[in-house]
This record gives sequence, structure tokens and C-alpha cells, in this order.
Amino acid sequence: MVEIVLISALDGVLYGMLLFLMASGLTVIFSMMGVLNFAHASFYMLGAFFGFQISRYLGFWAGLVAAPLLVGGLGTVVERYGLRKVHRHGHVAELLFTFGLAFVIEDLVEMVWGKLPVDYRVPPSLDFPAFTIFSGNYPAFKVFELLTAIAIFAALLLVVKRTRVGLIVQAALSHPDMVGMLGHNVDRIFMLVFGVGAGLAAVAGVIAGPALVTQSNMAGLLGPILFVVVVVGGLGSLSGAFLASLLIGLVQTFAVASNASLAGAFGDLVPSGWLQAYVGDIWNVTVAQVAPILPYLLLVLILIFRPRGLMGTRES
Amino acid sequence: MSDIARPPLPGLPSGRAGGVLATYGVWIAAAVVLAVLPHVFASGLALTAMCLMGTMIIFALSYNMLLGQTGLLSFGQAVFFGLGGFLTVHAMNVAESGGVPLPLAVFPLFGGVAGLAFGVIFGAVSTRRAGTAFAMITLGVAELVSSSALILRHFFGGEEGVTTDRTGLVHLFGLTFGPQIQVYYLIAVWCFVSAAAMYALTCTPFGRICNAVRDNPERAGFIGYDTQTVRFISFSLSGLFAGIAGGLAAINFEIMNAAQLGLAQSGTVILMTYIGGVGDFVGPIIGAILVTYLQVALSDVTDVWQLYFGLLFIGMVIFVPDGIAGLLARQRPLLLARQLHRVAPFYALALVPGLAAITGLSMMIEMTNQLAVHVSDGPAMAFLYVPFDADAPLPWLVAATLLAAGTWLFLRAARAARHAYDEALAASRARGRGP
Amino acid sequence: MTSPAPALELIGLRKKFGAMEIIRGVNLAIPSGERHAVIGPNGAGKSTLFHLVSGRYRPSGGSIRLRGEDIAGKAPQLIYRRGLSRSFQVTNIFPRLSVWENVRCATLWSMGYKYSFWRNVERLADARRRTEEILAEINLLDRWRLPAGMLTYAEQRALEIGLAIAGNADILLLDEPTAGMSRAETERVVSLIRRVSEKRTLLMIEHDMGVVFDLADRISVLVYGEVIASDTPKRVKANAAVQQAYLGIEVA
Repeated sequence: MVEIVLISALDGVLYGMLLFLMASGLTVIFSMMGVLNFAHASFYMLGAFFGFQISRYLGFWAGLVAAPLLVGGLGTVVERYGLRKVHRHGHVAELLFTFGLAFVIEDLVEMVWGKLPVDYRVPPSLDFPAFTIFSGNYPAFKVFELLTAIAIFAALLLVVKRTRVGLIVQAALSHPDMVGMLGHNVDRIFMLVFGVGAGLAAVAGVIAGPALVTQSNMAGLLGPILFVVVVVGGLGSLSGAFLASLLIGLVQTFAVASNASLAGAFGDLVPSGWLQAYVGDIWNVTVAQVAPILPYLLLVLILIFRPRGLMGTRES
Repeated sequence: MSDIARPPLPGLPSGRAGGVLATYGVWIAAAVVLAVLPHVFASGLALTAMCLMGTMIIFALSYNMLLGQTGLLSFGQAVFFGLGGFLTVHAMNVAESGGVPLPLAVFPLFGGVAGLAFGVIFGAVSTRRAGTAFAMITLGVAELVSSSALILRHFFGGEEGVTTDRTGLVHLFGLTFGPQIQVYYLIAVWCFVSAAAMYALTCTPFGRICNAVRDNPERAGFIGYDTQTVRFISFSLSGLFAGIAGGLAAINFEIMNAAQLGLAQSGTVILMTYIGGVGDFVGPIIGAILVTYLQVALSDVTDVWQLYFGLLFIGMVIFVPDGIAGLLARQRPLLLARQLHRVAPFYALALVPGLAAITGLSMMIEMTNQLAVHVSDGPAMAFLYVPFDADAPLPWLVAATLLAAGTWLFLRAARAARHAYDEALAASRARGRGP
Repeated sequence: MTSPAPALELIGLRKKFGAMEIIRGVNLAIPSGERHAVIGPNGAGKSTLFHLVSGRYRPSGGSIRLRGEDIAGKAPQLIYRRGLSRSFQVTNIFPRLSVWENVRCATLWSMGYKYSFWRNVERLADARRRTEEILAEINLLDRWRLPAGMLTYAEQRALEIGLAIAGNADILLLDEPTAGMSRAETERVVSLIRRVSEKRTLLMIEHDMGVVFDLADRISVLVYGEVIASDTPKRVKANAAVQQAYLGIEVA
């Protein structure tokens, strides 16, 4: 039991950190540009596929470096030649643009790599158990994922605290309405932030790809959860996004490990006519089976009890 | 100020209706068209497509009650479409097994009621916020419902869905609804009634306040309106009509599955509404007809047709944000002032390189598709009846040239067209004022 | 009670933004039927005061009484429904709706049509009449068909006032109604305000001292979030503190 709890906690933190790797970019972009980038998870997917493709020729490590750079470059192009043009049509058009982009990227990936999962493997240099908890092994690759995520945050924190661009990002987070007054180079900063955000999502893709399934539906599966993270955390709040990432990471990981159900807790359903089949669906379902919908349930609950999100200050 | 004469202001809304023809002419014409269509396009394929279009027109119009009328971007409209469909299927099955004497024609109402009920429930949660947060919440609620659909297998029928038989109900006036033509007329009547109802809704105090909330939600509060209530009512009523559309889809296909309430279906309705144009009542109608037609036509020609839809959508968002209806509406003042001839040549001039660019792009897509997906078939393929090898450099060069040169020329021509339009518009305005 | 409650009464009203206190304990009582002007240098908190009274901001302390009833912190629509309507300093209209529709929307609630979705708006004769009257008042009758976003600046300012008066509220807050207007336009607006504020209570922010002394029964001077004087125009003019803080520069 302790073993399951420990491993789940580690996995949960890891999943949470991966979520935050994406949610942080999403939040900063939203604060600065007012756009919730629907295609953010698509950049994550592209990271995984680019990483996979590069790893076939040059190995995993080359992919880890090159894929985020490529995706980051793609991100700046999207900002420069897409978003910026759409900007004058308003926020709805911007959101719809990224929505369309997400579909196009998914269709393209499907066309090039097919619908089935690709064989993206953990590099041999990291393919060993890092340590053993009781009887279970904890793979070294997961430790590597966790360390990478933490290292990136340390680096980002330094950039945000120490550089001029970092100062502007901070200002945007605390006073989003003031961004427009930052001067003439604001366009370039937008492009940079969007590119870095896309690149970070791609890093998450490269390091998550081998551990999870690299498949053309991975953006569609993760994207909505990402939006739950930023709404639950409070739109535009970085600390809220961090909390929500960990919360959702832990909740989902623990849920997957649980086999509890109403039937298990209260015994089998007493036969009650034709309704039994329908109620039975709810009665017999295990917590592990509802794990995918838990983030959305959390979203609804948060909205009922705390409409601004965990750390949110703004109404919309 | 008292010297301003009141009466000589022609056209000030009088509140008195004109003749029947002036007020209802468009609707009478629409009814006639709906009645005659299946005799003009009588093939089975056309009939199937038109049934789909009718359903989608209601669906897209219901979506535009949110996006176009109230300024609410929802990513979960298919939830109400799907739930309406499932409720209709179950109601039909119950009526058939229980011998309830209800004719098929009223069953879309079950879908509508379900859509309304779920609109009220989900609306209570999602309309607490506006703007981007609202959009994300609708997405979350949609995911919640579509994931739950896979758990509640008895109600949603798992992956396969739930089937029904539309011919097994009471036959009123000898209508069995076996032949597709009868289903067409059922859909046509519901489509007409729903569209009329949704149009009427835009002409009520509530409808106008929806527009006010869309334009400036903050000010709406200072003229007495609670924006959250406006959003809530709009959301619920929109659910009602989406549910009716879902009910009709269920009757049409005699099956409903969980894919009908997923994000892809919501994406389809966004696509239709936006391409058609959100600023105009007829926009979604145009969009639903066009997109459905393209779906049928394109899926025959290429297996990556969804990619083309995505690209079309992005292109519309960038270049024509008010959709086809908006594009047409902008020509109206020119047409009325007989200035259209001044811009028409420029449109033609932009069209040619535009088509060239599209040809180049789709050629590249098809070649990639050939190399990636149809690997086993080898590189030999045909595009626009021209055969070539997809891995040869020449076709790629041709495609890239078409795309690059086409885009460059199109952008230039578009700029010239915009310029010509502005001039023609100024000329029409000058004419309108007159001496 | 010996005297009726004032139409509007502010008691110890405060508003902080973070550590900055913009409104620092404002006390003000405006009897029913008075035309009251708030003047003061830029950044004194005049607009913030209006935002507090009309419900756009939530006060940090103190109370706001509308005919004796506390409305502090209530939502704008609830305050509006109690009979207080306002205009904005920065034009705040419905840009895509026609001029006609702008004004008509502003009449609908007070006519009792609320969220009605079963009536044809074109057949509401009373709303139509009222809309026409308002448009005639603000001199926009011949622009009725135009989208409000396409009006000129001065026309939009007039529409802004039109939206505020359309609902027949008996307490009217006007935030710089003549800002940016020409002499002739200002004169027209002043006579309009004079007319619509008969039998109503008016609270206005205004920079144009000519307009203020012309219209106001009483004037309050707001400096750094505090009312330093509240009196008749004549006495305010004579007040030494006011002259020093503000008027000295403008009127001298």
C-alpha cells in the first residue's frame, strides 16, 4: 500500500510538472497577449513527433535539443504571420485561429505519421531502474523527466527575475492591461514569448513522448486538461497554474491506481427493475475508470464554489 | 432643436407591418424552395445531402444564437445536439416497445426538451463567466459529457451507439417515414419552423439585449440588464434548438453514438457558422449548406478532406472574418448604387492567383499524402487528372512555384481590390446623398 | 423622520487599490431635485467616485445610500433598477448596434420588457415613442440607422447621454458630458441637461467651469479623494481653500 502511494505520488508530481511545463507558457502568453492558445497542446505533440523523427537518425539527445528549437521557431512563425494578422479582428477570432490550427496540426501529423502510435523509445542510456521501492522499480527515465522539468523551471525563474524581458513578463502578469504601453518592441517580445512557450511545450513532448504514447490524438487528449489547469488555477495566474498542475497530476495518478467503486464500498446493487442497468453503470464503475473525467469534475466544482479559480483575481 | 421636423424622416421604424409579401416574402420564398428542392435534385445522394443540410442549418443557427447574437464562444454545442439525439432515440424506442401512439413527426421535440434541460443545467455552471473563461468551461463540460458517455454504456451504447427504427411508430396520414423523401419533408418542416422561431427571437427585446451584451457587456449592466442572466437564457434556448437538430439527426440516421457529442462535432458547427458568417442571420445557413456540400464532395476526392477544412477555416479567420455572408453584405451598397462593375474586375484578378495558390498547396498536400499514407501504392499518382510521381522533384517545384507566386500575386491583387472597393464605396455614398 | 432621506448620500466612503487610497472618506448628501457638480483636479478620484456610486467598483469602506437604502457593493444593474442611471467619461456605447437600437435597448428595462423573448420589439409602441423622443432630444434622429460605432465623436458623446437618460431614472450621474465638445455643441448639451434634470436629481463631473456655474445648484470640490468644500457656486468660488487647491489656476 505504502509502495503504491509513494510511486503514485512521484508519478503524480511528474505528471503535474509536465502539465506545468505547458501551462506556464500558456499562462504567460494569455497574460501578455490575451489569447488562450488552443494549439498549445499541438506544439507538445509536434515536440514528441519531431523528437521521435530526429531520434531515429541522430538519437534521443539530439531530438531533445533540436525538436524544441524547431517547434519554437514554428511558434514564432505562427505568431508573426498568423496571430498578429488576426489580432485586429478581436480575441474571438484569435482563439478560433488557434482552434483551427490545432485541427490542422492534428490532421497533418495524422497524414505524415499515421493514426497509430509510433515507436518512440526511452534512450538506452536511461533505460534502467533508478531505485527500488520495496519490490517496485522506479525507471531512471522518469527521474530524468522530473529533473529536466525542475531544471527548466530554475532556468526560467532566473530569466524572469534577472532579465529585461523577464521584467516585462512580470509586469504583464501583474498588470495585463498595461502591456500595450510597453513600447515599440512589444511585437518582438510577443513573438519571443510565443516561441518560447511553444518550445517549452515541445520539451514536454520530447520527454513525455517515450514514456507515454506518441500518437496523433495526444494533443486532443491533453489539450482540454491543460485548459482545465489554467481555468482552475485562475486565468493569468502563474502560481495558480502551478498549484492546479500538481493538483490535477496527483488526483489523476492516484485515481488511476484505485480500484474502488460504489459497488465495492456498499455492496452489489439490489435489483430494481429496468433502471438497474443504467444505475449499474455508475454503481460498478471504478475510480480508475473515471480518472479521465476527474479534471472536468474538478473544473465544475471549482466554478461553483470559486468562480475565479484557485488564485485568480480577474473575472474574465 | 424644435425646428427639426419630425415627420420627414422616411424609414424611421413605424412599427406597422407592411403588406404580407413585404414582411413574409422571404419566408414564403424559403418555404417554396424547400418544397420544390427534392424535385429539382431528385437523386438519392442529393436527398441524403439535403436532409443533412437541413439538420445542420438548425444546428448552426442555434450555435449562432451564442456566437453571433450574444458574443459567446462555446466549444461544447454538440453536447446538446448529441444529448437531444440520444433522448430522441430512447424516446422512440420506448414508444415503439410500449406502443405509445405518438407519430414520428413530434419526436424532435424530445430532443429539444432534452437540449433545453441540459442547457439550463450546464448553463447554470458555464454562464457564470464570460469571454475566454466561458469558452474554456464549455470545453471542460463538453469533455465531461463525452467522457461520461463512454462510462454510461447502457444509455449511450458505448462505441457503437444506440439504434432505433423510425418506421415502427404510429403512421399518421399513412406516412411511414421509410422513404427518404418523407424524412426530407419532416426535416424541412422542422428546419423552417426552427429557423423562423430563431429569427423571431432576434426581433424580441431579449434578442436585442443579447446583441447589446455582445457589443458591450459592461454597459448592458448600466441599462438594467444582468449579463449573466442574458447569457444563461441565450445558452438554454440555444440548447433547445441544438437538441431539435440532434433529434432530427437521430431520426435521419436511425442511430446515435458518442462521437455526435464530442469536440469534433462541436468543431464542425463552429466551422459552418464562422465560414457562413456570424454577423448575419443567414450566415450560418449558407455555412451549413456549403460545408455539408463540401464534406460530401471532398470526401469523395481526397481522404485528407478534414485537413482542407481546417485550412479553409484558418484562411477565413485571417482574411474574411465576417464570413461569406459578411462578404456578400459588403457588396450590397455597391449593388444598390450600381457601382459593382468598378470592383468586379479586381475580384476576378485576385481570384486567378488565389486559385493557383490553392492548387499548389493542395498538390503538395496530396503528394505528401501519397508518400506518407499510400506508401505501398508507390509514388505514382494523379492530380487534376495529370499523372506524375510524387517523389520526383519537378512536381514539387511546380507546386511550390504555384503556391509562392500565387500567394504573392493574390496578396497584391487583394490589396488592389480593397482599394477599388473603398473607392467604389465612397462613390456610392456620394451618390446616395445626391444633390 | 422629519426631513425625507436625501436622494443620494455618501457616508465615509473609501476606495483602495492595493496600498493606494483613491477615495479617502467622502461624505456627501444630495437632496432630491438638486443639480450637483463635482469638480476637482485630474486624478482627484472623481470618476472613481462615480464608479463606486454606480456599482462598477466595490467600496473598501463606508456606505452609499439611495433614498436611505444602502447600495454599496451592489451590482450595476441592481442600482440602475433602483433608479440611478449614469453616463461615462470614455464613451461606452454599443458600437455595432444602430443608434436607434442603442437608445431603444436603454429604454427596455424601464418599460418593463426585461428579458421578454415572446414579444416583437418592433411592435412596442411605447418603447418606440420614447426612443424617438430621446433621439430628438439628443439631436440624432437623422442618424438613427447608422451603427453607433460610425458616429462622430461629438455624436457619440450625445448618444452616451441619451443612453443615460433613456430609462427615465430619477437620479442621473453624468461623467464629463461636454468633454471634447465645441462651444456650440456644449451649449446644446447644457440646455439638454437643464431640461432632462428638471424634477430629477443630477450629479455631474465637469471640467468646464462655465457649465458648472451655469447648471449647478451646489458644487463639491474633490481633491486627493476628499471633499474639501461643498457649497453653492458663489461660496465655493469665494472659498480660499478651493482657490488654493484648484480654482485659482482655472478661474483667475
